[in-house]
Amino acid sequence: MKATTTERMTIASSRRLKDGDVCFVGIGLPSTAANLARLTHARNVVLIYESGPIGAKPRVLPLSVGDGDLAETADTVVSTPEIFRYWLQARRIDVGFLGAAQIDRFANINTTVIGPYETPKTRLPGAGGAPEIASSAKRVLIILRHSLRAFVSKLDFVTSIGFGEGGDHRARLGLPGAGPQAVVTDLCSFEPDPESRELVVTSLQEGVTREKVAAATGWPVRFAQTLNTIEPPSEKELTVLRELQQRTMIAHGVAAGDAS
Amino acid sequence: MAELILLREAIRNLVHDGDTVAMEGFTHLIPFAAAHEIIRQQKKDLTLVRMTPDVIYDQLIGMGCARRLIFSWGGNPGVGSLHRFRDAVENGWPHKLEIEEHSHAGLANAYVAGASNLPFAVMRGYAGSELAKHNPNIRNIICPFTGEQLIAVPSLRPDVAIIHAQKADRKGNVLLWGILGVQKEAVLAARRSIVTVEEVVDDLQASPNACILPGWVVSAVSEVPRGATPSYAHGYYGRDNRFYRMWDAISRSRESFLAWMQAQVLGVSDFSGYLRNQMAEEVKR
Repeated sequence: MKATTTERMTIASSRRLKDGDVCFVGIGLPSTAANLARLTHARNVVLIYESGPIGAKPRVLPLSVGDGDLAETADTVVSTPEIFRYWLQARRIDVGFLGAAQIDRFANINTTVIGPYETPKTRLPGAGGAPEIASSAKRVLIILRHSLRAFVSKLDFVTSIGFGEGGDHRARLGLPGAGPQAVVTDLCSFEPDPESRELVVTSLQEGVTREKVAAATGWPVRFAQTLNTIEPPSEKELTVLRELQQRTMIAHGVAAGDAS
Repeated sequence: MAELILLREAIRNLVHDGDTVAMEGFTHLIPFAAAHEIIRQQKKDLTLVRMTPDVIYDQLIGMGCARRLIFSWGGNPGVGSLHRFRDAVENGWPHKLEIEEHSHAGLANAYVAGASNLPFAVMRGYAGSELAKHNPNIRNIICPFTGEQLIAVPSLRPDVAIIHAQKADRKGNVLLWGILGVQKEAVLAARRSIVTVEEVVDDLQASPNACILPGWVVSAVSEVPRGATPSYAHGYYGRDNRFYRMWDAISRSRESFLAWMQAQVLGVSDFSGYLRNQMAEEVKR
């Protein structure tokens, strides 16, 4: 079986979740990857969605963040204020799993506008739960497709913080979480430099060159001294992912995974 | 005490031009029937509040009912953009739309503060986000006990909250379950409230901890079967995902949007007419 680039990105990011992690899941690619983790190596991962389900174990991928299947398969369903106050703000979340429209070298993300805020060229959906997930989760995992439009030297708008201006900026803002620990794309994985917090490419997807990553990144991208190759998807990972997506297609009549 | 009345009467009596109106329901139980009635009655200059504007506010905005929008995530869930919302923000069509933009946590807290009769909510949030630069309602506050800097947002006190729920009894006590969102908080924060329900029953048969809004905090209850369509009502019907996808094409141009609204909303007398039309379309597909 040959994996598509989206499947490789989804699978590579799912491996970053550990068994038993409590994960606050964004809809779309993060939700696909988190559920794949739950069905493969991280059976006891606890999935929390901002609409209220805690410990959701959906049989098919949700198309919206409030799908009924999330409620039916959850350990409990609480109100949306409770999710944000008792569970996220109270620091009960190990991993915040997010997507983004734009990202910069310090893993700050934009999901608000392209162009000026008052007169936007493109109005994007906006913040949703992301600003507080990005600031309050113990660590953050980001998944998005790699392109010059997405990986920009300057964001049009900072919706949710990664490392701000870099260095100890998070600490200066009094933020408890460690911030983004990985950004996974269809070309590579980034991790933050321990000092500057700038994103550094630490591994490449199989068959992807440094040049290809550099050409799709809007800043002079740095590579780690030892650059690894991401283990290609296993037969099992691909099978479980495809079966999940097949079930989703049958249940919803449409695929889930990309749009939020 | 809640009056059990027709939705048409409830909207006429309780929603006025210029009101601040919160219609909540987090993907689940979205009060579409009430929104269609507001459009038919051509209410104007509304300040619309909703965490996720969704297709329901795309329709109200496109039909010119809104002057202002307070929101935190404005997309078509699982599909992409809300084209009428974008056209209003990007091009001022059908007229300029003022926006006040928050995060979900900010609005959820603002509803809780409103329901609690507090002037503002205190939270940890918006750190490093540029939302605060553009929204003067996101401010810093110092904890009087520890000196810690926190965030304050003003409470939401809508003139009217409108929600959809599964059941009410004949006294107007309302029961909802599944994804609860912020509906209870929205109703308790508002001066007046309208609840549409799938059915009115003699006995709610609810467990002691069920989410219930006592009839005496609700202004009006209207029975509107399938009144959350195309969203869903847990235990009654599923989400019409195909409609959400179709909305992308319907709403993409002003012409096709207006033609659809004319035929499906303005051209029918109530929500049952809309549902009949949708059913006929479904058969054709």
